[in-house]
Amino acid sequence: MYQAIVFLPLLGAILAGMIALAGARARFPGKGPAAGGEDHATDHGPHHGGPGVHGGGVIHSSHHEAEEHEPAAVGSRTAELITTTLLLICMILSWIAFVDVGFAHHDMRVPVFTWMAAGDLRVEWSLRIDTLTAVMLVVVNTVSAFVHLYSIGYMHEDPYRPRFFSYLSFFTFAMLMLVTADNLVQLFFGWEGVGLASYLLIGFWYHKPEANAAAIKAFIVNRVGDFGFALGIFAVFMLTGAIDFETIFAQAPSLTGKTINFFGWQADALTLTCLFLFMGAMGKSAQFLLHTWLPDAMEGPTPVSALIHAATMVTAGVFMVARLSPLFELAPNAQAFVTLIGATTAIFAATIGLVQNDIKRIVAYSTCSQLGYMFVAMGVGAYSVGMFHLFTHAFFKALLFLGSGSVIHAMHHEQDIRHMGGLKDRIPYTYIVMIVGTLALTGFPLTAGYFSKDAIIEAAYVGKNPLALYAFICTVAAALLTSFYSWRLIFKTFHGEPHDRQHWKDAHESPMVMLIPLGFLAFGSVFAGLPFKEIFAGHGVEGFFRESLTFAKSNTVLEDMHHVPLQIGILPTVMMALGFVIAWQFYIRRPDIPVELARQHDWLYRFLLNKWYFDELYDLIFVRPTKWIGRELWKKGDGWLIDGFGPDGVSARVLDVTRNVVRLQTGYLYHYAFAMLIGAAAFITWFMFAVR
Amino acid sequence: MTIGLGHYLSVAAILFTLGIFGIFLNRKNVIIILMSIELILLAVNINLVAFSTHLGDITGQIYALLVLTVAAAEAAIGLAILVVYYRNRGSIAVEDINLMKG
Amino acid sequence: MIVAALFFYLFAGICVASAVMVIAARNPVHSVLYLILAFVNAAGLFVMMGAEFLAMILIVVYVGAVAVLFLFVVMMLDVDFAELKQGVLQYLPIGMLIGGIFLAELLLVVGAWAIGPGIPQAITAPIPANISNTEAIGLVLYTRYVYFFQASGMILLVAMVGAIVLTLQHRIRVRRQDIGEQVARKPSASIEVVKVRSGQGLGSNI
Repeated sequence: MYQAIVFLPLLGAILAGMIALAGARARFPGKGPAAGGEDHATDHGPHHGGPGVHGGGVIHSSHHEAEEHEPAAVGSRTAELITTTLLLICMILSWIAFVDVGFAHHDMRVPVFTWMAAGDLRVEWSLRIDTLTAVMLVVVNTVSAFVHLYSIGYMHEDPYRPRFFSYLSFFTFAMLMLVTADNLVQLFFGWEGVGLASYLLIGFWYHKPEANAAAIKAFIVNRVGDFGFALGIFAVFMLTGAIDFETIFAQAPSLTGKTINFFGWQADALTLTCLFLFMGAMGKSAQFLLHTWLPDAMEGPTPVSALIHAATMVTAGVFMVARLSPLFELAPNAQAFVTLIGATTAIFAATIGLVQNDIKRIVAYSTCSQLGYMFVAMGVGAYSVGMFHLFTHAFFKALLFLGSGSVIHAMHHEQDIRHMGGLKDRIPYTYIVMIVGTLALTGFPLTAGYFSKDAIIEAAYVGKNPLALYAFICTVAAALLTSFYSWRLIFKTFHGEPHDRQHWKDAHESPMVMLIPLGFLAFGSVFAGLPFKEIFAGHGVEGFFRESLTFAKSNTVLEDMHHVPLQIGILPTVMMALGFVIAWQFYIRRPDIPVELARQHDWLYRFLLNKWYFDELYDLIFVRPTKWIGRELWKKGDGWLIDGFGPDGVSARVLDVTRNVVRLQTGYLYHYAFAMLIGAAAFITWFMFAVR
Repeated sequence: MTIGLGHYLSVAAILFTLGIFGIFLNRKNVIIILMSIELILLAVNINLVAFSTHLGDITGQIYALLVLTVAAAEAAIGLAILVVYYRNRGSIAVEDINLMKG
Repeated sequence: MIVAALFFYLFAGICVASAVMVIAARNPVHSVLYLILAFVNAAGLFVMMGAEFLAMILIVVYVGAVAVLFLFVVMMLDVDFAELKQGVLQYLPIGMLIGGIFLAELLLVVGAWAIGPGIPQAITAPIPANISNTEAIGLVLYTRYVYFFQASGMILLVAMVGAIVLTLQHRIRVRRQDIGEQVARKPSASIEVVKVRSGQGLGSNI
């Protein structure tokens, strides 16, 4: 069963990919797919015959858009049906697995094959199925299945659907590889695979230069994190001689107190290793300092944002820290760093989200902030609480993204909330699910988000981490800001007067295939909290997670959480209500206040709007010097030095020498006679004086 | 004073040098070059015969005879070439002969 | 003894002087004549050394054949004297230098030489006493050095053929006899017997 769960998406990806390739062949017979780009304006004529007659796509002729409409690729319907069906099967199987593993305690390891055996290194490919994995399986497959279903509707007009679904399924496969990994190398494979899928999907509309740039940015910033991650893996191998989790976890307690020589500084081995591994999580989960790629990743289609940048890929970092909890529990300094980064990210992203105008970017910064929450939980030692928030967050954040997609679809690809307004009567269903999602996000009592978010704040309060108090303050403040900007989004989008009459009149509800996933996710956002509270954050943790998470003897966070004072317990709810009230005031009753505030504190507004100028800072510190170095190495190093003294130089010198030598061949007889005689004189001289 | 081997050798040396000189100095007349070569060969002959008589070895004179032969042959061919060249070109100025310039 | 020295210096002096004039003369005919003079004096030197056969051969071959050949060619080519000696000075310095180097080295050798101790035993063909130089040469030339002799003959043959090949101009307008053709003529190609009717002549068949 587990092989099916992991490999069915791969099968779907391959099939859809083959359909995509075949479609590309049919579309451009003889020409490469690259030629298709220029044909956009003129291809309507010649291509009508080919793809249109095959069983595939429906050509939308009713939408007259400014640019020419390309006909759908051959076999689009087939591709989307195959991949979605496979994913739905996987989703059902993963819920079965969740019950099986979590409650029936059927942990197992499923070997697949031996990957490498080189010297001391032996890497097996096997699926590690324990509770942590089961939780992730449910999250990944559920959200992925719903996103596939949603994309059938959302991407209906796109001519390249087979490629899209192939990439989506491939991403799912890579993510599943990551969560079922039994050793660090397999985890890294999945890690890189999701990075690749992210690049492919963000840059799906590759004709847009912004999409290209965003894809590259995502990949490169991820890479920086991956570099740290790789160093961490090397450190683990160096310390333990193995990379599979069983061995590492078994040896972990014996590694405390060991030091590694790191550039001359004797660093505690476990702390250093965990810091490196966390660097990977920082990159993948868009934490503070390596966060710059996440907002730009919104250039991809909305389903991609929902799947990858809300529920799954960005949570890979959280999952990794949870998986390596045995190591992190033994490195309290690393945990402190995790908490620091998490808390800072939570508050930092929330401040930026306050003033953003693109609907998807608001949700993206919200994601960034919520991931910070998860890492705070991980840092203070409440791993299961962090996983709980991951679980619930997947539902309501995917809901928010897909709902935003529905709004965008209705407003005909308008994404700026300043151009929206008054949509609640035009798209009521979307309005309701967005409300549900926002309630869950802000932590309205009894929604899923309430349980998980409050659990994190309580854990931060009781945490013994030196930075726990800082984390507590940050998370509480972020809760206020989260509430504010979430409600701001709702009010500006759905309430008030429409800013764009034309689009408002054309706004229509999304098709059923898009609304069903929204419904399910809304259901999950509400009901994924209470039933699971005990096993994630209550007394059932021990029985539920068993071996998959390790808690140190001194880690009593989960226990202490239940004994926080009442004021602390209701503090997040108070924050939420406060944020709602302020947003109501600002955007419903007195819409002039925010404008006035922005005008008065223009520098602050601009600072937040420009994302704390991180992009400009990184451009200055990293991008420009790197480009400069690259250019210098290219022009001077390679061009002048190596080419100059190497091939080019040698050939130029040869030409020079021969050009001068050729001058000896004057053609004049007497010159030749002279040469002979001069040579004879020299020879005789040498013979007489040098040879004894 | 007794005329020894050295005297003859000196004479040969001077003739040799004069022959070389003639090759260097002459740019207008190929015939002079050929004649300078004859001078050089003559100097060599004197050298050979001087050594031959001094050492009492007849081989030197045999060799001088052969040199004579070859010199004659070479002079003939050289002049033949010169004649043909003159026929084609109309002048024997060495300065203008640079067809083989490369 | 003094006579010998006198003759030596005479011959040597005139030889060197005429060699200088070979190079320096303006008129190429003069150059050739000076060359002839140099050869004759060299022959004289040879006689003094005791190689009279070679001296006579020098006169016969060099002067009688080679120098005359030079003379023929010089007189055949239509050279303009006036321009001939221009531009000599351009190469004078380098020429002086090279010539000086050669001379200096040669004189160095001449001044500081010594016959090696093992040479007298290494003589290959000692000159027998009491026979003429001609006979001495003949004794060796046709026995030990017969291959060289033959080879030099071949060289001369090749040179002769080469000279003819180079300079032969086949004049097509000159009528020549082809003996072979003449001899190979048959009566059928040259004679025709015609029956002539009396009083009528050959008619128009001629």
